[in-house]
Amino acid sequence: MSGKELHSDAEGAKLGMWIFIFTEILLFGGLFIVYSVMRSKYPLEFHGAATFLNAILGATNTVILLASSAAVAMSLTAIQKNDSKLAGRLVLITIACALIFLVNKYFEWGAKFHHGLYPGSDVMLELSRGYLLFFSLYFFMTGLHALHIIIGLTILVVVYFKIRSGEINQKRFVLLENGALYWHLVDLIWIFLFPLLYLIT
Amino acid sequence: MEEKEHKLFPYEGYGKILIILLLLTTVTISVTSIDLAWWSVVIALLIACVKGGIVIMYFMHLKFENTLLKVLVFGVIGLFAAVLIITFIDYLNR
Repeated sequence: MSGKELHSDAEGAKLGMWIFIFTEILLFGGLFIVYSVMRSKYPLEFHGAATFLNAILGATNTVILLASSAAVAMSLTAIQKNDSKLAGRLVLITIACALIFLVNKYFEWGAKFHHGLYPGSDVMLELSRGYLLFFSLYFFMTGLHALHIIIGLTILVVVYFKIRSGEINQKRFVLLENGALYWHLVDLIWIFLFPLLYLIT
Repeated sequence: MEEKEHKLFPYEGYGKILIILLLLTTVTISVTSIDLAWWSVVIALLIACVKGGIVIMYFMHLKFENTLLKVLVFGVIGLFAAVLIITFIDYLNR
């Protein structure tokens, strides 16, 4: 590491991260409002369409995300106890969980595509309005969420290498903290997506 | 600004929170598998709010943050709730 004094403001960096998280909450919040209004307009269709989703895969992904969130939170404790090795391992566990989540999503979407269900497909366009709305929202919301998983995964890989190199250490760990915050956000969104899309059938 | 001593949250604490979150997930799944008409929606969303609150408070450490951040977070959640309610008032009265 270079010996020169680097400017850092952990409190400010964290506040900035939270403000970014607010914009994310409002982005997904807007989608939740669209979902709620459409659900109240087409209750029967939404009930019917939700039964097509694989609740077991959804539940598995919930468990994976909750566990990964706990792992990345623990890694923050580890780095503050100056245990970089454990902190790195916990971040690796989180990264592994993110990859498993994406593999599950691949199979879940793959099964839908196999049945001809994907945005713009002939099967989708022949569905009644309520069903079409449900599946469009399903693909858009889970797709946007999966994009966030990929971004979070990338951030965590960077964080992992910075822990390895010692750039993230007991004294300077705001990047790990902010990466963890982003990952918890991804978990938070899924906590609402899962019951709304998969369970309330 | 004074440098605040960082609160160290123990590993076991996170373990316990994870168990609580997993239990709540099981409750949501079992509640929604029995047909309670629109009540199952209400219960599932209430549990989701509790889980979200736990994630924000403990995993995201909001409980240990300063008042400014707490006010901001609750402000944003309040703003979202207001927009949701206003939208529904509009839609239900058309």
